[in-house]
Amino acid sequence: MNCSSKDAEDIYVPIPASLKIPILFQQKLIAPVIPTNNTLTEEGITLGKRLFFDKILSKDNTQSCATCHDPKKAFTDNDRFSDGVDGKLGTRNSMPLFNLAWNFDERFTWDGKELSLERQALEPVRNLIEMHSKWVNVAQKIKEHPEYPTLFKEAFGSVKIDSTLITKALAQFERTLISGNSKFDRHLLGTTQLSPEEQNGFDVFMDETRGDCFHCHGSNNNPLWTDNKFHNNGLDAILTDLGLGKVTGDPNDNGKFKTPSIRNLKFTAPYMHDGRFNTLDEVIDHYSTGLKSSPTIDPLMKKVKQGGVNISNKDKADLKAFLLSLSDNDFVNSFN
Amino acid sequence: MKQYLILFLISLTFFSCSSDNDELIKEVSAKIKFSQNWDSTTIEKSDLSNTKFTNKLGTKLTIEKLRYLVSKITLTNGSNEATVFDGYKLIDLSDSESLIHNSTLKISEGTYNLSMTFGFNNDDNYKVGGYQDLNSASWNVPDMLGGGYHYMQMEGKFLNKIIEQQGFAYHAIRAVDKTDPASLKFEDTFFTVDLGVISIKNNATIEIKMNVAEWFKNPNEWDLNELNSMLMPNFEAQKLMSANGKSGVFSLGPVTQ
Repeated sequence: MNCSSKDAEDIYVPIPASLKIPILFQQKLIAPVIPTNNTLTEEGITLGKRLFFDKILSKDNTQSCATCHDPKKAFTDNDRFSDGVDGKLGTRNSMPLFNLAWNFDERFTWDGKELSLERQALEPVRNLIEMHSKWVNVAQKIKEHPEYPTLFKEAFGSVKIDSTLITKALAQFERTLISGNSKFDRHLLGTTQLSPEEQNGFDVFMDETRGDCFHCHGSNNNPLWTDNKFHNNGLDAILTDLGLGKVTGDPNDNGKFKTPSIRNLKFTAPYMHDGRFNTLDEVIDHYSTGLKSSPTIDPLMKKVKQGGVNISNKDKADLKAFLLSLSDNDFVNSFN
Repeated sequence: MKQYLILFLISLTFFSCSSDNDELIKEVSAKIKFSQNWDSTTIEKSDLSNTKFTNKLGTKLTIEKLRYLVSKITLTNGSNEATVFDGYKLIDLSDSESLIHNSTLKISEGTYNLSMTFGFNNDDNYKVGGYQDLNSASWNVPDMLGGGYHYMQMEGKFLNKIIEQQGFAYHAIRAVDKTDPASLKFEDTFFTVDLGVISIKNNATIEIKMNVAEWFKNPNEWDLNELNSMLMPNFEAQKLMSANGKSGVFSLGPVTQ
């Protein structure tokens, strides 16, 4: 308890919290984004975690955030498209959730539609295909809950429970989802060694004449393993899902989707914004020989005329080995 | 008496005296504005992916990304005393905030020669620990090419010989010959640009212009059909880029004050 007055019932000052930032992140990256109007507190994070796993947010109390964002799967599910409370399927693959506080542009989701974590959290609850609820109803259920009003009071010093406070708590919890303890991280810290295959796979990843993955997916100097930008990576010749283009209204953005982090791919199949690839082999084959040209294809998809970078089978296998070295078992096992 | 003291202190804040003649010299601030043009036609964010440009060889192209790094922006006075603006600047045409380099630095009014470095010199490029903001912007060069940082990333599409749209990635780094990967050979491709003399009388905004067309023009007429991508490990291409960069890409624009 942290009380600022004699009457603990009236004024409760939450305890400030800070993120547990991995050493490599501290060394390599600028500070994470923490909004000044939603700083982290122990109580806010605890509340957000409880809400994240609580089915109370959905229309019929059958789904929580964790239904589609399972910790064991790096906070995604293994479905191509997730089904909502009414059994309807979405059109995009559920995104894994980690290292979100380092999304410096604060554009979230595959198409960049959501401009902060707090705003993103508004959407699934009211989305007709997902939780199909109404925020006013959710807020009422939480107000009537035997424990939540106290938790909100401790987290925010207010009993006015509404979508703003609920999403603030969810965002606080989501910012604590940090993955930075993979074999490759430990290799960079000098506590373990890569196998020859993993090392060659990393070289393929970094070599502009072979994989050339680093321009979009980061490097040993950018442990996020994503640029958090939007690219058309040559999935389709005819663009039906416009992605960022539908959000911005700019046809030059058609077919562009957020670069996902390549951390934790071991847990996050299927892949791409529409989950079209079931395996990492399919993903690598896409970049090797499966590229399709379209007007907005990224200039970095430079060998599109040849179908892709055309790497050897040996390099493909080693690239996969390297990618899997970015699996963080501690992260997926740290939530009960 | 107290009021006189305050007035005196205020005057100390705003004026200093030259050592030679005790004349009052005003302290002013300066910020740098970076602008881009194609042979004098201004390039804005809205031109990205939209406006078709034609290079010296007649190739039509569009630009989708333009980021470049400058460092050691320096004002040198008549006594050869240099004032270096703090740090370095990563300019991104798609980010209007990045086009202005603010500085807390104060300088005396007077006449200066303005210069800067395109990219990083080798000490800065390989600084121990690197730069967190540049890492976060995925601006690094792979260790297999010597490490350090990009100097420029210009990407877009051009109409090739068979009138098909094709991508290009004109990335400038320190030239590296990796014929023997175990023994990389380097040639410096950063360069210092002397932007000329400016007279600063008040708080000033100094414009530094980049003529993007010059990257394709002089002394090397750049053929995108031949050199369009995978240029980072291309030792000769990096030297050609650097030569073009030295020849008229950067110039001094208006100084408003």
